Amino acid sequence: MLFRRMTGWPRWDWTSPFDELERVRRQMDWLSEGLTRGPWIGPSAGVFPLMNVTEDKHKYYVRAELPGLKADELDISVTGDTLSISGERKLPVEDEKAQYHRREREAGKFSRIVTLPSQIDTGKVEASCAEGVLKVVLPKAEAAKPKQISVKAS
Amino acid sequence: MADTESKALQAKEKAEVTSPAEQTRPGMVFTPSVDIFETEKEITLLADMPGVKSGDLNIDLHENVLTLDGDVKSPEGADEVDVIKEYHTGKYYRQFTLSQVIDQSKIDAELKDGVLRLRLPKVEAATPRKITVKGA
Repeated sequence: MLFRRMTGWPRWDWTSPFDELERVRRQMDWLSEGLTRGPWIGPSAGVFPLMNVTEDKHKYYVRAELPGLKADELDISVTGDTLSISGERKLPVEDEKAQYHRREREAGKFSRIVTLPSQIDTGKVEASCAEGVLKVVLPKAEAAKPKQISVKAS
Repeated sequence: MADTESKALQAKEKAEVTSPAEQTRPGMVFTPSVDIFETEKEITLLADMPGVKSGDLNIDLHENVLTLDGDVKSPEGADEVDVIKEYHTGKYYRQFTLSQVIDQSKIDAELKDGVLRLRLPKVEAATPRKITVKGA
C-alpha cells in the first residue's frame, strides 16, 4: 500500500474503504435532506390548487396560489363544513407565429373540495383574489366557536 | 390547442432554487415557472409569481443577465394557526442570460394577478428585414 501511494501508480484500484463509506454517508445525507429540508409541511392531498388553511378563534382562512386568475373566474361554494373551489386556468393564445423557448406554465381545469374541522357560517363567507393568491375567509358557526367559561368564586 | 381545454391541472409543488447564491436572509427561495416566446420584434417572458406585489419585485438587467427577484411577505395574520399547510411562501428568484439583440432601454414590465409579463424588444438592427432585389 505504502509503495503504491509513493509511486502514485497504478492509481485506479487504490480506494480506501473509508472513501466508499464517505460516499455512502454523503448519499444518505442527500436523501435525508430531501425529507427534512425546509420548515414543516403537512401531507398534501395532491390536488390542484395546493391550499393552506389557517384558523383563529372566529374564522378559518383558506389560501391558494392561482396566478393569472381573477376572483370572478372561480366558482366557490360552501355547504355546512365544506368549501369547494373550481375553475379553469386559461393561458391566452399569444402570437401565432411566436416561437417558444420555454413553456412551463400550465393551463387546465381544476376542482377541489376541502372539509373544514367544524361548521361554518355559510352566509358570511368572503373570497378575494390579490396578486394571484385566493383568500377565502370563513367565519365559524356560533356553535363551533370556543366559549370562555368564567369560574365563579363561591 | 384544443387538448388543453379538458386537461385537468395537476398539483405541483413549487420548485425550490437548488443552488442559490449565498443567502443572507432566511426563508425559502423558489423558481418561478416561465413561458418565453419570441416573435420577429420582441421576446416576451411570462412568469408566475403569486403573492408578489409590484413594489416587491425587482427586475434587474446587468451585463446581459436578467434577474427576477420577487419578495413575498407571509400573508398570514399573527394569531392564525396552521390547520393544513400544503405550500410554502417565499422569495422568487431566477436569472436569464439575454443576447445582445435586446434593446435594453425599451424593456417593459407589467405585473398583474401574480403574473409578470416582460416585453423585451429587439434592437432595430436585429429584426429581420426583407430586401427586395430589383430587376435590372
